[in-house]
Amino acid sequence: MQWQPQADQNSRIARATMLRTIREFFYQRNVLEVETPALSQAANTDPFIDSFEVVISRLKRYLHTSPEYAMKRLLAAGSGDIYQICKVWRNEPLSTHHNAEFSMLEYYRVGFDLADLMNEVEQLFREILPDLKSDSKYQTYESLFLDNLGFNPHTIASEALQRCVVERVPSFQGELDRQASLDLLLTHCIEPDFDNDRITFVYDYPASQSALAKTEAISDRSSTQIAKRFEVYIGSLELANGYQELTDASANQAVLEKELEARKALGITAVPEDRRFLAAMEADMPECSGVAIGLDRLLMRATGASTLAEVLNFSWENA
Amino acid sequence: MASYNTSEFKSGLKFMLDGDPYNIVENEFVKPGKGQAFNRVKIRNLKTGRVVDKTFKSGEKVEAADVMEVNAEYLYTDGEFWHFMQPTSFEQYQASDTAIADVKNWLKEQESYIVTLWNGEPLSITPPNFIELQITECAPGVQGNTAQGATKPATVQTGAQIKVPLFVEEGEMVKIDTRTGEYLSRAKES
Repeated sequence: MQWQPQADQNSRIARATMLRTIREFFYQRNVLEVETPALSQAANTDPFIDSFEVVISRLKRYLHTSPEYAMKRLLAAGSGDIYQICKVWRNEPLSTHHNAEFSMLEYYRVGFDLADLMNEVEQLFREILPDLKSDSKYQTYESLFLDNLGFNPHTIASEALQRCVVERVPSFQGELDRQASLDLLLTHCIEPDFDNDRITFVYDYPASQSALAKTEAISDRSSTQIAKRFEVYIGSLELANGYQELTDASANQAVLEKELEARKALGITAVPEDRRFLAAMEADMPECSGVAIGLDRLLMRATGASTLAEVLNFSWENA
Repeated sequence: MASYNTSEFKSGLKFMLDGDPYNIVENEFVKPGKGQAFNRVKIRNLKTGRVVDKTFKSGEKVEAADVMEVNAEYLYTDGEFWHFMQPTSFEQYQASDTAIADVKNWLKEQESYIVTLWNGEPLSITPPNFIELQITECAPGVQGNTAQGATKPATVQTGAQIKVPLFVEEGEMVKIDTRTGEYLSRAKES
């Protein structure tokens, strides 16, 4: 019976140092640390994120998959800039970069647009990972596909996209819709080539991937809608996911409804939508940007570990 | 027929793909920040032994392969089939030419093998890691020659060709690693 931790003492010290750096970073910038509940009556409606249910007698609660809904209730109540460091849970299979329970830093900056927030995330990462090269890469989703695969992901015809999938990922077995085809090409043909020693920001995603990010026309001359969203990578390791937040109440409501419909279409269990969150959006939600950062993955990079389990005292199978 | 969801994927799981049974060698879960997740797997075709890469959409289902492994002793061949028997149940299995192809060099009567059954039929045979076989042909031994690394060709009772040290004599029993086909030592006198 293995009772010993997987992480060594150096990794524990690195984690404590990282947490201290983060708290100092936000203290300097006057961002307030907050806490919100881990067990909620509502769940994340995103069809690709699976919440754990906790059932005690007839009471059902869901472990949060991120503190997003609750933190936005604080923002709507006038909290101003806030951050939270907490455990979150996602029912996903274990792998070298996945553990169903993981540590997240989520923070919101009032009045920031997407570029402001990317800039600040870069500063934070640089404090935690001082060996990173200073010239981070900023690439739109569109330019990534143009540079690597030679097509525009927003406008490519479906048949041409299918041909590209067959040609580039011959190992794929099954059928894919448009967005899933782009996901496959991104994870299999583009992410593996990201630089290991610098940050890559990918931003301006297809509107179909907006979640709770704002959408807008890609340019004055185009009707193509994009999501004001970014992802942060170091190498192919995805570390953070940021939004310029959707503040309109009815638009937020529409996203949740659409996600619940997608769940139905995919045959995934329905979950109760967060009505308290939606009610807060009716109130005074400020214009802001927010980001969720995977702290265990960041620590992997900081300690040079090759698997997530190495930086966890007790990983899922040892918990 | 039982099926598996990709969330149950792990090495050793056996499932059907395009009519052939496969065994998962490696499974990696890949997920973009938002959107569709995938399972990238290395799988071995249990009929041909070939390893291929496949990618599945997470959440897809695959049909379980009715594959099981039993320990059985090799009995004899009638020229067309190779016969094995489970020593406790006395259940007998007849393996075809293709099923024994990889193990032909190491087939010895009364030795115990792992027989992989698919729908009750032997699909492949795995020999024990170490096997003792008799040298049936080799050049005469050179007494006192224990020079490191010097070898000579020899044939063992199954017909397999191996390399043995110069001092080994015809008729001797030797221990062989079946995974590499290498001579390990003289077998202990029984």
